[in-house]
Amino acid sequence: MMERTSRISLRPMMTPFNVMLGIILAIGCVLTVLRFTGGLSVVTNLDDNNPWGIWIGFDLLCGVALAAGGYTTSAACYIFGLKRYHSAVRPAILTAFLGYALVVFALHYDVGRPWRLPFPIFWQQGTTSLLFEVGLCVFLYLTVLFIEFTPAAFEWLGFSKLREKILKLTILLTIFGVVLSTLHQSSLGALYTIVPSKLHPLWYSGYLPVYFFISSMFAGLSMVIFEGSLAHKYLHHKMDETHLRESEGVVLGFGKAASFIMAGYVAIKVIGLAVDNSWHYLFTGYGAWFLLELIGFVALPSFVYAIGVREKNIRLIQRTALWSVLGIVLNRFNISLIAFNWQLPTSERYFPSWMEIGVSLFIVAIGIVVYRFITANMPILYEHPDYRSEH
Amino acid sequence: MGISRRKFLGWFGGLSATAATAATSAIAGSNHHFKGHPDTMGVLHDINRCIGCRKCEEACNTVNELPKPEKPFDDLSVLDQKRRTHADVYTVVNQFQQGKEKVHVKKQCNHCMEPACASACFVKAFKKMPNGSVVYDESVCVGCRYCMIACPFNIPAYDYDSVLSPKVTKCTLCHPRVQKGLLPGCVEACPKEALIYGNRKELIKIARKRINKHPDQYIDHIYGEHEMGGTSWLYISGTPFSEIGMREDLGVKSAPELTSGPLSAVPIVVGLWPVLLTGVYAISKRKDKVAEEEKAEAVKAAENVAEEHLKNQIAKLKLEATKEKEAAIKKEVTKALEEAAKEAEKKAEAKAAEAAPEKKEDE
Repeated sequence: MMERTSRISLRPMMTPFNVMLGIILAIGCVLTVLRFTGGLSVVTNLDDNNPWGIWIGFDLLCGVALAAGGYTTSAACYIFGLKRYHSAVRPAILTAFLGYALVVFALHYDVGRPWRLPFPIFWQQGTTSLLFEVGLCVFLYLTVLFIEFTPAAFEWLGFSKLREKILKLTILLTIFGVVLSTLHQSSLGALYTIVPSKLHPLWYSGYLPVYFFISSMFAGLSMVIFEGSLAHKYLHHKMDETHLRESEGVVLGFGKAASFIMAGYVAIKVIGLAVDNSWHYLFTGYGAWFLLELIGFVALPSFVYAIGVREKNIRLIQRTALWSVLGIVLNRFNISLIAFNWQLPTSERYFPSWMEIGVSLFIVAIGIVVYRFITANMPILYEHPDYRSEH
Repeated sequence: MGISRRKFLGWFGGLSATAATAATSAIAGSNHHFKGHPDTMGVLHDINRCIGCRKCEEACNTVNELPKPEKPFDDLSVLDQKRRTHADVYTVVNQFQQGKEKVHVKKQCNHCMEPACASACFVKAFKKMPNGSVVYDESVCVGCRYCMIACPFNIPAYDYDSVLSPKVTKCTLCHPRVQKGLLPGCVEACPKEALIYGNRKELIKIARKRINKHPDQYIDHIYGEHEMGGTSWLYISGTPFSEIGMREDLGVKSAPELTSGPLSAVPIVVGLWPVLLTGVYAISKRKDKVAEEEKAEAVKAAENVAEEHLKNQIAKLKLEATKEKEAAIKKEVTKALEEAAKEAEKKAEAKAAEAAPEKKEDE
């Protein structure tokens, strides 16, 4: 009897996607062993001129930006009082929590001595460093996100008293989360304010921290929409009536907000060009690439978002969300990799090894697996029947 | 929660205080300008005198007990390739063809007056010593390599091959030797006095004197006097620096000046954001409450109106009903009377005369 049920439950798991996931996880485990037995030089293409590769450019910079849905959604619902987005909060908090946890996990691969990662916080604080600010805020925010996530776990486990206590902290945690997010999202950009001589002038700006913060907002909003569309496709059966009823409003509202913020972002980027008088660089190869990023991956999606909202075209908004997410990835790659060290000859530039890409995919795959486990077991996409009547 | 929040604020209080007292004040209203430690030492590299013999490289390798390279130091063919510092190479001499002449330039850590690496390190592994050396403490280094990103001269190198104890490496200006009263290894080994160790202020005077004495042989610029806020290593040359691998577009702002703006914004955000956000929260909550109250009131008013209306309706209906009833009774009574009259007329059927009043009672 037992054998039969297990066989039945195994079959639907062998989808092509899951097989791929399994392969990535298996390769990732091998790469992990290689990294921690052979050192960075065995798995990465990093060198003395290019000390940061995609583990920083993608795993850290994109990871943090795309996990911004946590603070944007909870701020919209709890601080701005937009209760109609309530059902979007839990999935957003979960993604943010997983996102940040994976960022920290990924850093263990990148830094030379990961067991010393707590040093800057507990041992000797390098307070003049923006990286210290990033580290401290990410550490604190990960804690905040963990606490914000626990009610779902407590409902699952049946700890209703603990859950109640945590829920009382909601506003405090949300405000704390927004403060911390403002600080570290912007500080990730500010990391590069120290290198005017290495980052291409079109991307270097005194406004880098502002750019990173503002772009994290629409990154987060777009990610919530994009992720929602995936969840609808694959986890529809897990959603309750409230979630399904509210989801369209979330897509329309978030799409509208993203459209506005992106338009503002384009404006401040242009202001940045004017302040530094970098117009003439626009007519170079890097200029074309810069315009592709700014117009092709910010201005245009902003416009298409607006059309989607006006015509109430949910599909269009969802596709634009993916487009905007790619725009964020492009922007972070440009700053950390493509426009960085732009003056070095091609032979001294960096390109990631397949093993670096493998580790990044491995980390994303872990995120997907954990997300699926949690949404399958805990009340994320639906309200727990015991606590339904509460708000 | 309360504790971690307080701690957090405390940390940032500390942060702003450090930013204010460190070499460069966080923008604030100060016009204070840090000119470096008063007796900071340095090295003057007269590029015109360098012959590219690599003796300095050899000395550096020896005094720092670094592994010997594949090609020996007297093999000058390595000069054909442009090189940089690496994990086991703290200094290199590069060769540049200038017309028929060959120009040689030594490259190593410049020991900035306000070092980018020290400013960027989140665990304070780098320190600018009063004697000019920028030294590194391996025992706290996490290996994030932000120092390498930050260094405008691309000097710090990393031990990518090491699994358990990778470290950042760079020239220490022979800090241990200097403390013993010895000269830096490279300076001691230089056969042409292309390197002079001394008080930085004196070195600038010497450099200026040489430039003034031989304006035809030197460019009128002391490289390192102001670059990136000034460096302990100084260079004079007859060839434009940008043609011999030394960037002239670095600017004169020190690294801490570049980041002081964003850093100074941190305490302000910590101070203002909670106020702003709590305000927004209070406004939205108040709005909800007012809306709720107004709704309740409107509902009540509507209820009242409806009730009144209903009452009127009922009264009206009642009235109508009574009227109708009365009319019906009247009608029935008349009918009954008429029938009774008819009955009476039919005296012949007197036996059934009892039925009529019974019927009347029913109604």
